[in-house]
Amino acid sequence: MAISSPALPRDVVVAPPTSRRVGFSLERILSPLLLAPSAVAIFIFVYGFIGYTFYVSLSNWRSAKPDLSLRHPVGAVYGDLFGQSRFQIDLRNTVVFTLFFLVMAVLGGLALAILLDRHIVGSGFFRSVFLFPYALSFITTGVAWSWIFNPETGVNLLINATGVNDVLATYGVGPLKPGWITNPEVAWQLNQPIAAIYPPAAEWSLKLGVPLAMIPVAIAAAWQLSGFAMAMFLAGLGTISQEVREAAALDGASDWRLYKDVIIPLLNPITVSVLIILTHVSLKIFDLVFAMSGKGPGFATDVPGIFVYEMIFRAQRYNYGAAAAIVMLVGVSIVIVPYLARQLKTL
Amino acid sequence: MTKSLSSRASRRGVLKGGAALGAGAMSLGPLGTRLAAAQDAGSLEVFSWWTSPGEAPALQALFDAYLAAHPDTEIINAAVAGGAGVNAQAVLQTRLQGNQPPDSWQTHVGRELIDQYVVPGYCEPITDLYTSEGWLDVMPADLVAQATWESEQYSIPVGVHRGNGFWYNKQLMADNGIEVGDTMTVEEFVAAADTLQAAGIPALALAMKDTFPGSQLFENTLLGTVGPDMYNSLFSGEAAWDEAGPREAAETFVTMLDYVNEDFSALSWDQATATVIEGRAGFNSMGDWAYGEVVAKDAVDNIGWVSHPGTAGSFVLVVDSFTLPVGAPSPENARNWLTILGSKEAQEAFNPLKGSIPARTDVDREIFSAYHQWSLDSFANDALVPSCTHGQASSPAFKQAFYDASVAFVTDKDVDAYLSMLTDAAAMDAETSA
Repeated sequence: MAISSPALPRDVVVAPPTSRRVGFSLERILSPLLLAPSAVAIFIFVYGFIGYTFYVSLSNWRSAKPDLSLRHPVGAVYGDLFGQSRFQIDLRNTVVFTLFFLVMAVLGGLALAILLDRHIVGSGFFRSVFLFPYALSFITTGVAWSWIFNPETGVNLLINATGVNDVLATYGVGPLKPGWITNPEVAWQLNQPIAAIYPPAAEWSLKLGVPLAMIPVAIAAAWQLSGFAMAMFLAGLGTISQEVREAAALDGASDWRLYKDVIIPLLNPITVSVLIILTHVSLKIFDLVFAMSGKGPGFATDVPGIFVYEMIFRAQRYNYGAAAAIVMLVGVSIVIVPYLARQLKTL
Repeated sequence: MTKSLSSRASRRGVLKGGAALGAGAMSLGPLGTRLAAAQDAGSLEVFSWWTSPGEAPALQALFDAYLAAHPDTEIINAAVAGGAGVNAQAVLQTRLQGNQPPDSWQTHVGRELIDQYVVPGYCEPITDLYTSEGWLDVMPADLVAQATWESEQYSIPVGVHRGNGFWYNKQLMADNGIEVGDTMTVEEFVAAADTLQAAGIPALALAMKDTFPGSQLFENTLLGTVGPDMYNSLFSGEAAWDEAGPREAAETFVTMLDYVNEDFSALSWDQATATVIEGRAGFNSMGDWAYGEVVAKDAVDNIGWVSHPGTAGSFVLVVDSFTLPVGAPSPENARNWLTILGSKEAQEAFNPLKGSIPARTDVDREIFSAYHQWSLDSFANDALVPSCTHGQASSPAFKQAFYDASVAFVTDKDVDAYLSMLTDAAAMDAETSA
């Protein structure tokens, strides 16, 4: 720590009190000085603009010309926002998308990682193959998967090719022809069960359930990001020592028990990281959905990101768009701040 | 600083483009001289969203008309791609808020022009050009009114699209024994649609991927149900959305939705139009940019048209125009540009390529296709009403609510919820403008 300058002659460095104080104070000034430009930039361009966005969300700005006067009562924009049926649908869709996407991406990634970890032939090759989708842009993924899940092309042609529909036809049953991203149905609605406990729920216009068109979108997102989850899990598997596996084997654990009771619990820190990273991707998703299904039938695949874009650039309701952006930020913060706090504590 | 940088960058782009074009035909010497002279007369930056294969040549025809009169000006084409100008408008808003306007930009007339650009103070009036060029005498008063605010004119219309077209496949109709006359009522449509449905063919091609066809279908159905006067009153706020007329229109809309293709939410408008051209669907309610698809697919002989059921006698205006900005970098060139745009020659050169009709009514009919001659007659004789779907009849916020309500409606078909969404949006609009 004291030997900060190798250019100085050794005897000077060793001369204790003075040089020590010089090095110490230089370092004290230098590191804040070096950090200052990026700190200032981050302060202005990240926190400054978060603050500005929050301010806009409280303002009257709802035309082409900026109007930064405060809207009274303060916060009324948020009230209007949460009262809007489209935004309510967007929040439901985000929750549904996140759940399906996380389950598929994490389980998919874990399965791929375990398979590759067992040193099957060509595992290096497959590792690259599985990771490739992660390198694509969401727009590319969205366009390609929109062809796959268009009911007139893609998967449904495959279903026809299997002859399933011919068999169904002989029994007088209509053909199997899922609507995929065009399906407006909201399945597994919870409104009735909730109304049994809490009667006003019967009046809700929002259908609490799973918009079926969202599932293909979650599949596309999981396809893209399970490679990333796999890479994280592979790194984690690499840190589990051979002794642990051998000890388990000596104790007579089957492969199933080995993974269930030993390896997967040891991967917990990785799983948490993967979950957090994928959750914030999912809460902010815009481009994939925009390219793949847009708002979907009856907003079945609409997400807050699309809402923000349309409110600001099409409806010119800047205050609405800003308020929705702040709601997204709060959502992401709820997930990420405790995680960061924990990480910083362990450092 | 930024400005000079950006204009230098685009100038370099123009030079490069000019060099590439000229390389084969000219020697470098005269070209170099010409470009040097060009910079002396200054530049003209024109902002638009015309980049598609049908639009770019039409825009070039306007540039050619301008250069014929002012050969020493350098034109900077600042077009931003994206259907109906959604991306371009976002870029333009940013530039205007940053006080970096182009010399002229494209906008629809009506509320889009007035609310987004005139009221916030981004546009200079061009009333004197209207007077000196005699445009008031050659353009319909209902159209000029769309470019007017507080008795000043703010933009010059170059091309007029008709929004209430109803396109059909002649062969498909003949095969199913359906006769389509010069006009069509809702009842006639339903009868034809039942026949097609029985034959397993969706009667109405709808596309909701880019949303606007749904609200356009409603707007046309509304016009067909309540007529032009009530239609205008609804958008101006004088009539309420929960009255009998709009309710009946919404119920007719439900009837029409019974006949749409199942995959509508995954299709874009041109894909839906293509299903009619290819004989996979019966009808398509679409503005006459659909005719561009018909021409591109070489299907002019097989595609017929009428006004959207019930709207014969009305012309839904979708009008492209250009503005004079406050603080234009080259105001003199900008005024020359607008003068050229209003001329008979420029409008006759532009419109056949763009697939629209001129805003001037004194043009040569013979240069237009059979469809456009039909549209010219409608333009001259029918009631001219603004389109909400294309931004002319309402504020941007109401337009968005109109879109959103239609997105929900085409799946849930809930008339009460639909009308209450429109009522709320109109109330919010009244509060904003108050």
